[in-house]
Amino acid sequence: MLGPDVAWYVALSGVLFGIGALGVLIRRNTLVVLLSLELMLNAGNLSLIALSRHFHNGAGQIFALAVMAVAASEVCVGLGLVVALNRRNLSLDVDTLSELRG
Amino acid sequence: MILAFSASNVVVWIVWLAAAFACLGSAVAVISFTNPFYSALALIGNLGSLAVMYLLLSAEFVAAAQVLVYAGAVVVMFLFVIAYVGPRRETPWSGGPGWQTVGAVAAAGALLVEIVVVVGMQASGSLSHETKVGAEFGTPAWIGRIFLVDHLFAFEITSVVLLIAAMGGVILGSHTRRAT
Repeated sequence: MLGPDVAWYVALSGVLFGIGALGVLIRRNTLVVLLSLELMLNAGNLSLIALSRHFHNGAGQIFALAVMAVAASEVCVGLGLVVALNRRNLSLDVDTLSELRG
Repeated sequence: MILAFSASNVVVWIVWLAAAFACLGSAVAVISFTNPFYSALALIGNLGSLAVMYLLLSAEFVAAAQVLVYAGAVVVMFLFVIAYVGPRRETPWSGGPGWQTVGAVAAAGALLVEIVVVVGMQASGSLSHETKVGAEFGTPAWIGRIFLVDHLFAFEITSVVLLIAAMGGVILGSHTRRAT
């Protein structure tokens, strides 16, 4: 394979996952927490595709596509919750959202 | 690790380094902008640089799906919702007591160290013997054959999951539910 080894891709994916996890932990805004979750899912995808290339196994790419579908579902439900919270004039701060009872 | 210094290898390394720096820089931008609108725009840069990585890994179909599904649909949905709820500024390091921030940084750092150590231990073992891939690897025809022959059940389950999520989004956002 031209260019970097697969270990470089996996290491980059680890750093990206760490940045996403840090975003989930330090941010308070629900929307930014969802964006950081996307970062973590994308780090997982990069790892899957790099190892799929490395082991010549197409299942990794199929799994990456399934992860994309799950990410789209998660964003759909998460943003639906944000819109519902906003309609009830509730705060979007994750620390004040301690119950989901409608 | 022995590097072969051919011209195309150097070009691939340069592209990889540019994509890696763009990826990490935009990821830091996502979690550090005070305005969520800019965070969503930075996520587009992150997704684009990851698509470049997928092209380098000869996963053309996933790269195209990444740009279409993520940058084209998911981020646009984010931008619409951010525009709907209005600007809510919040600085990254402001909320909660100080020990929460310290704990968050320590947890993320420990996770990072763990991942890097595991990858470093594996890099000299099974990760160093790569297999050759043919020209058809990652093409839409190849992906479609695997997807619709070997993994047909997973494909159908994925569509059911998407349908249920769409129904949940409609129910959560529908006007007929009144606040109690």
